[in-house]
Amino acid sequence: MSTVLANQERLRIFGLLSPAYLWLTVAIFLPLSAMLYFSFLSEVPFGDAEWSHTTENYEAFFQTSTYAILLWKSIRLGLIVTLVSVLVGFPCAYVLAKVIKGRSREALFLLVILPFWSNSLVRIFSWAIVLRGNGVLEIGLNAVLPFEVDVNLMFSTPAIVIGLVHSYLPYIILTSYLALQAIDDNLIDAARSMSANKLTILWRIILPLSLPGLLAGAVLIFVPVVGSFMEPRILGGRVGTYFGTVIEDQFVAVYNWPLGAALSFILLAVVLLILAVASPVLRRAQT
Amino acid sequence: MAEVSVQNITKSFGSLKALNDVTMDFPDGGFFALLGPSGSGKTTLLRTIAGFIFADSGSIRIGDEFVENTPVEKRDIGMMFQNYALFPNMTVADNIGFGLRVRKVGATEEKRRIGEALELVQLGQHGDRKPHQLSGGQRQRVALARAIVTNPRVLLLDEPLSALDKALRVDMQFELKRIQREIGITTVFVTHDQEEALTLSDKIGILRDGKMIQAGPPREVYNNPVDLFTAAFLGEANILSDISGDGADIRTPANLPAGGTLAVRPENITISTSKPGEDAISTCQAVLERRVFAGAMATCILRNNGTDIKVISRDQDIPPNIAEGDQLWLSWPVEKTLSISGS
Repeated sequence: MSTVLANQERLRIFGLLSPAYLWLTVAIFLPLSAMLYFSFLSEVPFGDAEWSHTTENYEAFFQTSTYAILLWKSIRLGLIVTLVSVLVGFPCAYVLAKVIKGRSREALFLLVILPFWSNSLVRIFSWAIVLRGNGVLEIGLNAVLPFEVDVNLMFSTPAIVIGLVHSYLPYIILTSYLALQAIDDNLIDAARSMSANKLTILWRIILPLSLPGLLAGAVLIFVPVVGSFMEPRILGGRVGTYFGTVIEDQFVAVYNWPLGAALSFILLAVVLLILAVASPVLRRAQT
Repeated sequence: MAEVSVQNITKSFGSLKALNDVTMDFPDGGFFALLGPSGSGKTTLLRTIAGFIFADSGSIRIGDEFVENTPVEKRDIGMMFQNYALFPNMTVADNIGFGLRVRKVGATEEKRRIGEALELVQLGQHGDRKPHQLSGGQRQRVALARAIVTNPRVLLLDEPLSALDKALRVDMQFELKRIQREIGITTVFVTHDQEEALTLSDKIGILRDGKMIQAGPPREVYNNPVDLFTAAFLGEANILSDISGDGADIRTPANLPAGGTLAVRPENITISTSKPGEDAISTCQAVLERRVFAGAMATCILRNNGTDIKVISRDQDIPPNIAEGDQLWLSWPVEKTLSISGS
């Protein structure tokens, strides 16, 4: 009798899990395996192309320092964007979670998620209009300031960082908000009753307790930013060559899919390695 | 250690008057209860004494210092919260040491005082545990140790025992009292449990709708409630106004104020099958409606002319062989009659 029940239970669990896993298998695992296979070929096996198995695509990464330099540049971009997002997003999440109550919180929350609702390409081009010379930002500043300023951030690293932070800021706000909201207000009152000032409370109670959310948000930002190509290309112009844009070039410009695939997997490996190295530190920080 | 004095405190939240001209003294070293139903303002009063809330008017004195404009961080109080509010990311020792670290007492001093506090609450071996590894009673002790380790001038407790189950609660009542006596700290606690208030405190302040209805030692408040609300809130009271019928002889205590109401507590009534012969007692007849046996004690509900009368007595003191529907005699000493002024 109990085994029948257990079997039914197992069936139910299977029924609930399988749609998601089937989808993930079809939508991610299969294309990804195909890409992994491509990365070990000399040519894309479409049409009449001659192709053979090779590890050249991976060797290419090590033959010149260009790729490694670009990868480092991308990782640095990821760190900067993550850091700026944390510095901008965490205080915002704190105010939303702990200071503002009631209806105005919902309205402010809506504003936070707004970037998600607009098309990313439209968003980036809007930034281009704002940041370029004689653009919205420059005209606006000159209208307010008593002296003339030249603001042309277009095609620079700051432009890329601004665009990326705009795109990914909601992640850190949402994850931090959830973590901060779970902190019992009585903990803060208790610390205050023991004469702790605001900085002590932030440092010893709020930060440690919201760290899981903060880190989750940071990872959610860091990983896609390292591989980003749209913002660097449109807002960075000539300085916007990153590891992500090189991969994109292989697929859409040079049509060297195997090299593009190989570079993608190197990026994936490096990101996983970074997270693996960081995870013991992160885990210790959480306990 | 210090005496606390609250004078004419008023506090409004919007149109709601949470505290309305509240005055109460808390002499040095005493144990005081703020008692009232939910929404009575008792927690607001505690948080005003703590300094989380600033009163609109009135004064608060701790020792020789008027603190009504001092924020909680500078009031030098110890507070224990209803759900204990232990920091989940810190060990028991770090929780207790938090206030000491803030005060920068130094590592060795900090360690010594954490050890002392742990000994005081009998948790000597648990300093390295995290709060989630402790039982409810142990957490409560940690919260208490944390609140007193800095030697605050006042200890404030917000419903300190309400999260514990009943058996543990009684243990912790004695424990709390023992520790409070041992360190002699002026202690104010909020509760909605009248029994807890009567058991623990040297003085009870009863609040309703933001007003201090009555303040005094437990026995005084219990035996001389100022109004029906207080009489009914501190235990139970049978109102005697409508008692009538054959043999009803309600005697009025000599000290009854004009226009007052008579009442008697359930435990002061004796049930008998025939009219009692003693002098200086009040009597009436009533029909037994229900008799509820609860071990050593029993509760009887009787009805006199449409009024329910509750009697609580030792089961063995109730005449044997009485049944529901029987006509019985109730009696109580005149001096046990409560005389309540006002409504």
